[in-house]
Amino acid sequence: MSAVELDEVTFGYGETVAVEEVSLSVEEGEFLGILGPNGSGKTTLLHLMVGLKQPDRGSVRLFGERAAEFEDGERVGYVAQRATDRGDAMPISVQETVLMGRFPHAGHGRIRGEDRAAVERALDRVGVRELADRPIDQLSGGQRQRTFIARALAAEADLLALDEPTVGVDVDSRTAFYDLLDELNAGGMTVVLIEHDVDILTTHVDTVACLNRRLYHHGDTASFLESEAIESAYGRRSGVLDHHV
Amino acid sequence: MSQDTADQTDESADTLTDDVGPDSLLSSGRFRATLELLGLGVTGALAVAMLALVAFDWLQTFPGSLGAVGETGFEAYESAGRAVDDLLGTNVFWVSTTLRAVATGALVGVMAPLVGAFLVHRQMALIGETLAHTAFAGVAVGVVVAGALGLSGSAGQLLLVALVVSAVAALGLQWLTAHTDAYGDVPIAITLAGSFAVATLVISWGESAFPVAIDIRSFLFGDSAIVTAGGARLVAALTVVVVALVVFNYKQFLFITFDEQAARVARLNVRWYNGLLVVMTAVVVVGSMQILGVILVAGMLVIPSAAASQLAGSFRELLVLSVLFGQASVLAGLVFALLADLPNGGAIIVAAVCIYLAAVAVSGRSAGQLSVH
Repeated sequence: MSAVELDEVTFGYGETVAVEEVSLSVEEGEFLGILGPNGSGKTTLLHLMVGLKQPDRGSVRLFGERAAEFEDGERVGYVAQRATDRGDAMPISVQETVLMGRFPHAGHGRIRGEDRAAVERALDRVGVRELADRPIDQLSGGQRQRTFIARALAAEADLLALDEPTVGVDVDSRTAFYDLLDELNAGGMTVVLIEHDVDILTTHVDTVACLNRRLYHHGDTASFLESEAIESAYGRRSGVLDHHV
Repeated sequence: MSQDTADQTDESADTLTDDVGPDSLLSSGRFRATLELLGLGVTGALAVAMLALVAFDWLQTFPGSLGAVGETGFEAYESAGRAVDDLLGTNVFWVSTTLRAVATGALVGVMAPLVGAFLVHRQMALIGETLAHTAFAGVAVGVVVAGALGLSGSAGQLLLVALVVSAVAALGLQWLTAHTDAYGDVPIAITLAGSFAVATLVISWGESAFPVAIDIRSFLFGDSAIVTAGGARLVAALTVVVVALVVFNYKQFLFITFDEQAARVARLNVRWYNGLLVVMTAVVVVGSMQILGVILVAGMLVIPSAAASQLAGSFRELLVLSVLFGQASVLAGLVFALLADLPNGGAIIVAAVCIYLAAVAVSGRSAGQLSVH
């Protein structure tokens, strides 16, 4: 079964069309990278995939169900663009952040032993257990991102959706972060990622969706690199293009 | 995770331990946790005692043995008040009006910062100010309703009408914010000015048409003299409801406050919880306005939480400190106001601001990080 399936999806903000007739599917266990110039509709596409926005036309299905009616919130872990900045003003500990992954499981009930155990495992998995009691604002960018991934792991999510997760993260931590995503993907987790760095993206993902309002390419990384998609999506004079040709 | 990464994380953790941990007594984890727990215990005990005071006050009105229990209980509080009077050399704390004002204040000191902690970090701080103005319009409408129905127009009745008007305004404001393209604070500013404008018109017209015993301008600046037994009962009931709602919805409120988009992806009904939060704010505002006054009510929602945000290392700690600071401000402010014969609202908020400034002075966190609009 596909984790995500988009069929002829169009979405606009008023008169401005952000995503036009996009069809693609993300299979379970796939690592998809979404690439495109600024303002190309990448974030909108990700929002449509996880059900944050409803398409004007076409359909989006999450694990076989219509995204708008999908209710297994714990199956999708989502990290918004610059989501980790919130911890700067709001006092919140690493443990509390990761525990949020268990909230869809717990509902209004008490946090139980199994919830705490899932949190411990997630903290261990991403290597921030020793930081559990620290406020988020005392963490480095890379550690914060790991904390947010731990939240998705604690939720026991099947799909991880990330919107430019390594903005503001130093190069070493970024590499380590992508290694972690590779490991999680190898363990069976479906990952959908927006990343502006073509090199990093193509090194780690299985498939690439190249977008500029419309879908210019959707296929495995090798076919993407051989294609003309990047020239078409970014325009021939773009810096990204020069970097790659 | 690779070994390199593990090493890197460990290194970072070590660095954090060395660099970040301030060496003040307050930051020594266990001592601080014990202190907070102790403070929370005292605050909780005080809140329960104040609820009991209001309950005894209510029971007094019943005939027979219930009334006798109420009288005995209330007398115990009057005796405690006399003891405080002896201690401070005053002659006010045994008076029933003062006891009701202290009870109301102490309960407001619990519920306002509790809701305020979420509002501040959802960047909705000014909603409190706006809803206070709509609540004032509600009081004005209450005068008209009481007059038209031939009721006495007691503070309790006026507050009930204010509660309804304010809750409706809260939901209207929520709708307006969701359905206009303006910046989030434009509908807030319009509602704030608009409701106060309505209030001024209704007051002038209503007072001449339906004279009531209470000077509703007391609600502008807060006055312990307008805290009636009915008003105190209303605050007690509202406090129990607000605390219960926060406890029941704590996880949901925390999630939408910290990361609204992720909460929506996790299929939390964000619109419902936002609506609940603004209605709870309306409730807190109406409960607080007798003591603090319309103009200053937002201060109790925002300042204790802002002070706590300077010091807390987790959201749970933020809530605990917010309530502690709220309680401390109310009690210090009320006592000072009574001793110096000055208005409650001003004294309470000045006490809260002092706590906030002290928190900014001792904390390493930048005060500018908290945005209020």
